[in-house]
Amino acid sequence: MAKLKYERPVIKKLNAGLMNKFGTRTEFEPVKHIDGVAVKSLIEKYGSPVFVISERQMRRNYQNAVRSFKTRYPKVQFAWSYKTNYINAVCNVFHQEGSWGEVVSGFEYNKALRNGVPGNKIIFNGPDKSEQDLRDAIKNDSLIHIDHFDELYSLISLCETINAKPRVAIRVNMDTGIYPMWDRFGFNYENGSAWNAIQKIIGSGKLRLVGLHSHIGTFMLAPSAYSVAASKLCDLMWHCKNQHNLQLQYIDLGGGFPSQNTLKGSYLPGTDTVPSIDEFAEAITTTILNFGFKTEELPLLILETGRALIDDAGYLLGSVLANKRLADGRRATIMDFGVNIMFTSFWYDHKISPAQDFTHHTEDQVVYGPLCMNIDCIRESVSLPLLNRGDHVVVHKVGAYNMTQWMQFIAMRPNVVMIDMEQTPHLIRRAEKLDDIVSLEEMPAYLKKIDLK
Amino acid sequence: MKLKKNIATSESGFIFNPATGDSYSANPVGSDIILLMKDNKSIAEIKKNITSKYDVDDSQFDKDYDDLLAQLRDNNLLEH
Repeated sequence: MAKLKYERPVIKKLNAGLMNKFGTRTEFEPVKHIDGVAVKSLIEKYGSPVFVISERQMRRNYQNAVRSFKTRYPKVQFAWSYKTNYINAVCNVFHQEGSWGEVVSGFEYNKALRNGVPGNKIIFNGPDKSEQDLRDAIKNDSLIHIDHFDELYSLISLCETINAKPRVAIRVNMDTGIYPMWDRFGFNYENGSAWNAIQKIIGSGKLRLVGLHSHIGTFMLAPSAYSVAASKLCDLMWHCKNQHNLQLQYIDLGGGFPSQNTLKGSYLPGTDTVPSIDEFAEAITTTILNFGFKTEELPLLILETGRALIDDAGYLLGSVLANKRLADGRRATIMDFGVNIMFTSFWYDHKISPAQDFTHHTEDQVVYGPLCMNIDCIRESVSLPLLNRGDHVVVHKVGAYNMTQWMQFIAMRPNVVMIDMEQTPHLIRRAEKLDDIVSLEEMPAYLKKIDLK
Repeated sequence: MKLKKNIATSESGFIFNPATGDSYSANPVGSDIILLMKDNKSIAEIKKNITSKYDVDDSQFDKDYDDLLAQLRDNNLLEH
């Protein structure tokens, strides 16, 4: 007779009617497949842990976002935010869909060029652009978004030496009712700094001011804040037209739309609280359309949405390394992935699903990563089914920022796989090897020999 | 290690401590082990029973059995 499936023994105290800090059980079905490909086969082929990205979900997210804006406003352009996920295959899915590139460093700029993005379809943001970066951006007719006066003055003097007139915009920060206010980037609207920068650009005669940019924050949960931002940018645009007879071509409202992840400390899950992209589109487009521009003067609306387009297309597959009980009686599960590759676990309560069948029994537990560091905690408190050593899990909504902010710390970074529209997995970034890391190091001659005999 | 004498158990995995009023639910493996403990079976007998009924090796059972005892101890269900 076949033996019964084993599950480690557990008892659970029954509490009637009282909430506990672990919350209620959240997992009811195992996640055995991603886009039709078995989790088990992905781990067998690509190892554990492994990031998996769904091309289908990326394209669906993009097309949904574009539809939300284009059905409300005539001129819309998305620019893929490289810092959110700059693996080339990911970028090119969005570029195939029609997205420009939005970069914040020379490294990202050159990555976008290598991916085949035309220079005049790259937006160059950020406070750190070297003189060489600026020269490249000018040569390629890219859109340079000026962040501070030092950059503005160096750009003007650079243009005097090379006799060029680049297309520029300024980044504007402002009070949109969201605190803390992101005032470290760009020129402030309320204190007149933004208008001052505009006057200097126009007065210099060396630069072509073609747009205005803002990026009011990240994981914004209030569409109304974008309405305030759009209104203030429209106001600046209006003044450019009235006082300088300068018709600006675009307004870039940046990124910051949230994904459906759950922020730490939230009472309700993100799926219940995060506004849809339609709500943001409605707030932004209604404000611009009602501002009073003539139809032919309506600016191009640029959006640099990153997180909302990629987060839920990314999964992290991993395995249980060990179970243990902590001094206070709590269960601890140790996974083979930690904060080194899942940076976002510092601010999200990521959903974790077992990848194999389980019973209805659950246990309150802490989920740790494998690093020999106390900070390596994936979930501080979660009620999960009973997991045995070697069991596989799927972490959801990890597509944004993890594959750019991950650290080569203690362990190597794992494979990244993309499942295409035909349900075929492709390796899009191989796991690091020791040689990859060591090849960057140099050993002084006098340290080459050691003798521990 | 023995269960306290007054602890009530059922085959469905329900455990009740009349001294404190606390009740608990055990999963099937936990329930089987607790019933065997209630019958004063030795560790060897419990191990033989469980490893022949469930798909588990000896070392995994040993580790999980110790963990179950820790849970029972934490919940004040074992004799001192």
